[in-house]
Amino acid sequence: MVGDKGFKKFLVICIFLLPNFIGFIFFIGVPILASFGLSFTEWDLISNPSWIGIEHYKALLGDEEFRSAMFHTFYFIAGYLPLVMSGALGIALVLNKKIRGRVFFRAAYFVPVITSWVAVSLIWKWLFNPTYGLINYGLSLIGVSGPAWLHDPTWAMPAIILTSVWKDLGFVMVIYLAGLQGISPTYYEAADIDGASAWQKFRNITLPLLNSTTFFVLIISLINSFQVFDQVMIMTEGGPAGSTTVLVQQIYKHAFDYYEMGYASAISWVLFFIIFGVTLVQMKLQKRWVDYGN
Amino acid sequence: MEISRRQQPNTPTSKNKPTLSPAQMLKKGLFYTVLILGALVMIIPFVWMLSTSLKTSGGTMVLPPQIIPEEVNWSNYQRVTEAFPILRFLWNSTLVAALSTIGQLILCSMAAYAFARLQFKGRDALFLIYLATLMVPTQVTMTPQFILMKYLGWTDTYQGLILPGMFNAFGTFLLRQFFLNIPRELEEAAFIDGASHFRVYWQVILPLAKPALATLMVFSFMQSWNNFLWPLIIVSDTEMMTLPLGLANLQGRWATDWNLMMAGVVISVLPVLAVYMFAQKYFIQGLTMGGLKE
Repeated sequence: MVGDKGFKKFLVICIFLLPNFIGFIFFIGVPILASFGLSFTEWDLISNPSWIGIEHYKALLGDEEFRSAMFHTFYFIAGYLPLVMSGALGIALVLNKKIRGRVFFRAAYFVPVITSWVAVSLIWKWLFNPTYGLINYGLSLIGVSGPAWLHDPTWAMPAIILTSVWKDLGFVMVIYLAGLQGISPTYYEAADIDGASAWQKFRNITLPLLNSTTFFVLIISLINSFQVFDQVMIMTEGGPAGSTTVLVQQIYKHAFDYYEMGYASAISWVLFFIIFGVTLVQMKLQKRWVDYGN
Repeated sequence: MEISRRQQPNTPTSKNKPTLSPAQMLKKGLFYTVLILGALVMIIPFVWMLSTSLKTSGGTMVLPPQIIPEEVNWSNYQRVTEAFPILRFLWNSTLVAALSTIGQLILCSMAAYAFARLQFKGRDALFLIYLATLMVPTQVTMTPQFILMKYLGWTDTYQGLILPGMFNAFGTFLLRQFFLNIPRELEEAAFIDGASHFRVYWQVILPLAKPALATLMVFSFMQSWNNFLWPLIIVSDTEMMTLPLGLANLQGRWATDWNLMMAGVVISVLPVLAVYMFAQKYFIQGLTMGGLKE
């Protein structure tokens, strides 16, 4: 910039940028391209890779396991998204008020966010233990005989969904809190003068003004939940009877259990295109989304 | 009722009222009850974890479950550390997370400086490419990265655990945005005094960017500390396992000894929890900002 010309300028740029750039090319750039290329080849890491065109993508269409993984991923999202969003909004609304111990409560809700997925999954696996777990004991107190949860194909996914909601609640709550703090109190003051009820205020002020936050949370959570993996791997490994296999697990299985690098790559690109689609929708809608607040 | 509605919180005026009507007291009581119940749901799993880790094997199989174990058994911790190199896992996790964080802070801040402050041809195009890779999920790159690690002989090594994760565009993006908002007058004065780019980067920009650096630090540390998928892929040697992977392996060994497993989980959760207590603000900021990267 100032005074730097020619070679010296070039050198300065190189020193600042190159260390990052080289690693970026090596560990991100090349792998992305390689993965794309691999998805059109058959390769078991031992023999030479052979080009097979779009065969993998065709095969995916008829792959029963892949279809069921896709279905379970959507099932997970359908359960997880509404619960985590409404739950987090509810807590954020409460914690946004000037209440005693607000800092403590906020901290408590955030603790699962800092805890690793593996730790959380193990704790909840134990909580969901059919015989000695706390959850079925709690249910028995109110006269309900709890299911076998992770051992029961019907209840395994709901258990994973509940665990995930519990872990991510604090994260989504913090984003909602930030959104709520952006709403000017004058709106509520005006509504108070008009004698609006708490529900009316929520319905007609809070919710519309949180539009952009809600949309944002939706997109982020959607993208993250397409990548659900750790909790499934620890809690059920996709079982029982394949009732919880998810998309990323299919990638993992084909790549590292079966050494089908090409097929695994093809699935990972399906995941990419889903996420890409979500991102496109986000970019399209973001412009149109009316943001009354800020 | 009409009056009490008008005096709803949300505006500080509620402070001015010395007494509450019975209806308001009831409402407030209900409000706090729900709040405390919610917090209990967040905390009980951790209490259950701690309590189980202090039980005897027989103690975990007692109905009704005891929150305070009848017979406190500290030896689980000793047994876990003897049977599994859990302290080694702890050390591995600490080393990997620390080095990867330091590396990211240096590499990202330098590249961010180049993108924000140096002028060169193709700069913005290059930055766009960095940004575009943020859309690609890690599951796409992990297969080729694994193959790369195999070829380099970096499976079961620290460099294999650390390096690939160090180069994601997110840190560069975050810091660049922050650097762009730092007024240029400050460094121009330094340049007039004959300072080089390196001095300006080190003595002007970095000190001013402390909040952004703290955010990135928490985010990348936690990301690395809690990462499960990557170590799962490239580590098979017990000596090289990080905590999440090590914990997942405990499961294979002691499928039903929940007291021992929970002792392992406690050892993995406590260090982060301890730091979190003192630096809550940074954790919440770092993890929220980081989680929004997609």
